[in-house]
Amino acid sequence: MRALFLRDIQLGIRSGGGFGLALAFFLIVVMFVPFGIGAERALLASVAPGILWIGALLACLLSLDRIFQLDMEDGTLDTLATSPLPLSGITAAKAAAHWVTTGLPLTLAAVPLGYLLNLPNTAYGVLFVSLLIGTPALSFIGAFGAAITVGIKRGGLLLSLLVLPLYIPTLIFGALSVTRTINGQDATATLALLIGLSLFSIVLMPFAAALALKANLK
Amino acid sequence: MTVKATNLACARGDRMILQDVSFTLDAGDCLILRGANGAGKSTLLRVLAGLAPLAAGELILDADQMAYSGHQDALKLQLTARENLAFWAGVYDTHCVDQVIADYDLGSFADRPVATLSAGQKRRVGLARLSISERKIWIMDEPTTSLDAENRDRITAKIRDHIAAGGIVILSTHLDLDIPHATALDIAQFGATVQDTSPFLEGDY
Repeated sequence: MRALFLRDIQLGIRSGGGFGLALAFFLIVVMFVPFGIGAERALLASVAPGILWIGALLACLLSLDRIFQLDMEDGTLDTLATSPLPLSGITAAKAAAHWVTTGLPLTLAAVPLGYLLNLPNTAYGVLFVSLLIGTPALSFIGAFGAAITVGIKRGGLLLSLLVLPLYIPTLIFGALSVTRTINGQDATATLALLIGLSLFSIVLMPFAAALALKANLK
Repeated sequence: MTVKATNLACARGDRMILQDVSFTLDAGDCLILRGANGAGKSTLLRVLAGLAPLAAGELILDADQMAYSGHQDALKLQLTARENLAFWAGVYDTHCVDQVIADYDLGSFADRPVATLSAGQKRRVGLARLSISERKIWIMDEPTTSLDAENRDRITAKIRDHIAAGGIVILSTHLDLDIPHATALDIAQFGATVQDTSPFLEGDY
């Protein structure tokens, strides 16, 4: 499993696909917002938490189909399925590698991008923390969606339709944590729920994804 | 160690394509599947590898001792041949990458990205993975595709070594490979007579 995890990170960085694409997309979305809604500082500050979270979520979605599709196409998935690794271990390792190559860079990039949206000073800490603990849920739920659609050529649309509704709780609690902090309210409860969502996804989604992969390989 | 198939039936999608396939292999045996394109060789091999469902019959095969090599080489184009093999060594928890690269004579291109290799070179790296796995039962789907005569002989020699060491090889090919004591099985004789297995087309509707 360690070998698979490290190889997926290596592939993500070397091919530039997952790693560069998500970051560039996030950067573009956030940079375009002031052009679209005007550079009014108070307005930008009020939409910043939502924009940053939606941007991170969509950027994450962009690279989901790479989790299993490429391995399916070149026969790696067949070979992995007959290897000593359990399928749930394979899906967990690949989802974790996806988080390291997309969720983690997005979390790090969100802080300087928050400055572009005039995010209030008090909110940077909670923005970073909420993304850090929320993005694992995006990768693990996404891996489940990717496993369901792995056999479908150009399954991106179906993948988005399946995964986006499951992303809504993460988005709500993530953005709400930041908004509450800006308004001077306590964000502990929403952050706790966000951690809960991530842990729930990390524990259960690899097994669900393994079942979906098994059905698709047959 | 034994591979025993009793009255296997295989389906591709909803269509039953093979039925009543039976054979028994012991350590040191080699089974060569023959048959025209579309006869069901690949499907049977996928069933044996556990990658496709068994429609009927009984199969005894130790999945923990089996290594499968399909039509595709399961290589990552961005990585070098050595990195690919090292990855599989990590998956199978073995430590024989350098030895296998020497055995399969991959040294001259082992450190080039797989994207720059020819189809035959990729094939050789893909087949080397079977030795990396250090597993006893090899299931090979047309292993000689895109290999030249010299490398075909090298792979055939590898297969002979493997069965001489007590391994079992099940492969499909259209060529005459020089493997003594190999059992040939023409799977055309198992062609299914019942074609449609879809439950949705049964009964009144």
